[in-house]
Amino acid sequence: MSIFITVAITFLVLMIVYQIAQASEYAASLRGTEKEREKSTNKTMAILLVLFFFAGLYAIWLCHDKLKGQLLLTSASKQGEAYDSMFLVTVIVTGIVFLITHALLFWFAFKYKATNDNQKSYFLAHNNKLELIWTTIPAIVMAVLVAIGLRNWMNITSAAPKDAAVVEITGKQFNWIIRYPGKDNVFGKRNYKDINDATNILGINDKDPASADDIVAQNGEVHMVVGKPFKFIIGSRDVIHDVGLTHFRLKMDAVPGITTTLWFTPTITSAKMKEMTKNPNFVYEISCDQMCGKGHYSMRGTIIVETQEEYDAWMAKQSPYFAAAAPAVDSTKPAVDSAAVAAK
Amino acid sequence: MSNEAILHGAHDTHAHDDHHGHEHHEQHFFTKYVFSQDHKMIAKQFLITGIIWAIIGALMSVFFRLQLGFPDKSFPIMEKFLGEWAKGGKLDPEFYYALVTMHGTILVFFVLTAGLSGTFANLLIPLQIGARDMASPFMNMLSYWFFFVAGVIMFISLFIQTGPASGGWTTYPPLSALKEASLGSGLGMDLWLISMSLFVVSSLLGGLNYVSTILNMRTKGMTMTRMPLTIWALFFTAVLGILSFPVLFSGFVLLIFDRSFGTSFYLSEIFIGGKALPNVGGSAILYQHLFWFLGHPEVYIIMLPGMGMASEILSTNSRKPIFGYFAMIISLVGITVLAFLVWAHHMFVTGMSPFLGSIFVLLTLLIAVPSAVKVFNWLTTIWKGNLRFTPAMMFALGFVSLFISGGLTGIFLGNSALDIHLHDTYFVVAHFHIVMGVSAFFGMFAGIYHWYPKMFGRFMNKPLAYIHFFATFIGAYLIFWPMHYEGIAGMPRRYYDFSAWESFKNYGSLNAFISIVVIIVFFAQLLFVYNFFASIWKGRKMTTQNPWGSTTLEWTTPINPGHGNWEGDIPEVYRWAYDYKDDGNGNDFVPQTTPLKPGEESH
Repeated sequence: MSIFITVAITFLVLMIVYQIAQASEYAASLRGTEKEREKSTNKTMAILLVLFFFAGLYAIWLCHDKLKGQLLLTSASKQGEAYDSMFLVTVIVTGIVFLITHALLFWFAFKYKATNDNQKSYFLAHNNKLELIWTTIPAIVMAVLVAIGLRNWMNITSAAPKDAAVVEITGKQFNWIIRYPGKDNVFGKRNYKDINDATNILGINDKDPASADDIVAQNGEVHMVVGKPFKFIIGSRDVIHDVGLTHFRLKMDAVPGITTTLWFTPTITSAKMKEMTKNPNFVYEISCDQMCGKGHYSMRGTIIVETQEEYDAWMAKQSPYFAAAAPAVDSTKPAVDSAAVAAK
Repeated sequence: MSNEAILHGAHDTHAHDDHHGHEHHEQHFFTKYVFSQDHKMIAKQFLITGIIWAIIGALMSVFFRLQLGFPDKSFPIMEKFLGEWAKGGKLDPEFYYALVTMHGTILVFFVLTAGLSGTFANLLIPLQIGARDMASPFMNMLSYWFFFVAGVIMFISLFIQTGPASGGWTTYPPLSALKEASLGSGLGMDLWLISMSLFVVSSLLGGLNYVSTILNMRTKGMTMTRMPLTIWALFFTAVLGILSFPVLFSGFVLLIFDRSFGTSFYLSEIFIGGKALPNVGGSAILYQHLFWFLGHPEVYIIMLPGMGMASEILSTNSRKPIFGYFAMIISLVGITVLAFLVWAHHMFVTGMSPFLGSIFVLLTLLIAVPSAVKVFNWLTTIWKGNLRFTPAMMFALGFVSLFISGGLTGIFLGNSALDIHLHDTYFVVAHFHIVMGVSAFFGMFAGIYHWYPKMFGRFMNKPLAYIHFFATFIGAYLIFWPMHYEGIAGMPRRYYDFSAWESFKNYGSLNAFISIVVIIVFFAQLLFVYNFFASIWKGRKMTTQNPWGSTTLEWTTPINPGHGNWEGDIPEVYRWAYDYKDDGNGNDFVPQTTPLKPGEESH
């Protein structure tokens, strides 16, 4: 019932507003000629537009003043530093264009309002020189931005350094599973058909010798060493996810059936970041940035950036996945599994 | 058949119709208002259907903004509207995603594609090129009814038990392909695909008709280079749609196969719902290529009609020729061609080859050039003009402002090295809402206010129109400007709740602010809707044929044109569409139908 009342009240209010507006339009039509009315409307609107412009400028400043404190601190990765400077350049370039074009738009609107009977337009239809100028200048500016962008892009997407540590990060609805290769620095082979949520969450082949020392963290917590390049091997078990690394200014999709990679060098430890932000709860977060279902918004991982010593101490406490997991009863199953599926 | 023959043919049937009209009775209600083949009536059908969808789509955004702005509060009113999906006034996450998905689908396809180009292509093409109707009025009617059926199916999907599709308006598989992945990927997704397939059919029927009408049915003297820019823009809009919608359709067909017939086009190595699926060898990214091959041109399908109408309205109300008519056409060509070459900039972070990515960076930022040319031409058009601030003019100016603001942020997102951080954050939300959402809407509003008298023979109420303008203009900036900051801070889009995130939770009060503005702006739009419908019957009557002092042909038709548009012969055209100049009799414009004076040169 209340829904009908709401709708009815809305409708009634609209009706009344419309009637008032109609009446005001009729009342206006009694005053002066149509031309006069048009002129006064033009004047009012021109003034309002200019007011909008200045109020807008003030609001932009106010908005920036209020929100700048909530922006992220400087980037916590080497790649991100180049990002921040490029971002600033782009803001300045687009900001200048924004201000000039808007100033012209509102200035012309105000200056050339039709309020005078003798006023005539300047019937200018084209000017090739002007067209040439404002085709060339944006083209040059764009070329510069593309050049900066591609240089950074090449850096970001370049092959990871040989000495980079590797971490595997796998998305599933709705959390991240992290795997470290262990001492041998080689990941054991995986087959999605071997996945078992209780005993083999990633479908790791336990026959593969490289699997023996693999460490799996199901809490979605990645440990990294400050100043050391890390390479992420990214994948997904089910739908598309995305490893979003806001503080490092990076992200990469996790696509089922495809392996994607990403590497970067963290530059600020978590502890230092806590000091810098004056926030004892600060933590680097991994957000899922690709819509993945109803729990998308809660698909959270974390990153701990620490010193080499802290990292080593932490690593020493970890036990390999298969040592910790339940007895490997299931390990006989995978071999026949694919055959069974094919037979179906 | 020659041009001439078509014109005469059309004229003959018109005379015949006329005869009928006089001798017998009015057209039957069904053939006049429902299964009409009159392009003007079909335009109104598209527009009114679009308006209804726009209200539904906007209301959805109010609901999910309530959730985003006030995640810890409950709103019993929501339960009234959404029932089980908002038990106790708290929106269900599953349905939050359904709302987001439907909001996007409805606004992008049903409102800003069908409602915008469906309305104005139908209304303006025959009227402005001097034709009695479309090349195929019957196909035109089918186009509307396919759209209508698509809409009915989409509407039904809102009420099924598992809810409508909820994988985002882009419906990326595997999420959209697997029932196990989310509730909305069940029957809701099937209905979504059926509805969208019908929509593609509608759009193609319409598009082919628009192109053939523009190419074949121009009146005598209406060369391509004398056409108003609205027609040029609608022409390229139709071309974009014809070339890209079939690709989307193929993507849908493969998705339907994956969903229902066990194929593996998009599926590979998936473990979901406790079991491993047999599908191997597909590529989830393939769908994204197929989708964005439409998806990006779609952005321009939405933008171009607005650009065309803004050009026309700015010129008319500045009492000046559009500046750089040919540059405007060339930039439209540039945008159209480039629109097909930039789709992968939506996919920089999918693991696509970085080299391929850099090609797309280059091509994407190239679009800034024709866009900049258009902006500068609009600015020069109003420079030294004699500006009349009709409601249409206000919206056209607003269109330019929003197009600049939204276009500039595109420069960030088109550059892959910046996109890698901004991708899928609120920066993207702000960018595309300003440029293809609000700006396209401003183009549409400008068009509605400007051509309303042509549609209904009456004017919309002006004071309300101005209130509508300022509320929307200010509101749009208040909503979307601060969102850029959230995006720069990395806040991901499509999140139901941010309060568990250390990095994003401090934007709570800003989100609440945005939500409040959204509600106000929503009611301001209702003001427009009421104004629109009430003015059909109660608006101030149009007393002159050409209220805006335009040069173009639609204003040479009778105040309430019948089917066939012109009584008597179709007017002949002698000059270009923007002949604003001193005609020697104190007027500042010369209609296209005025023959050249001796010694006068055509443009």
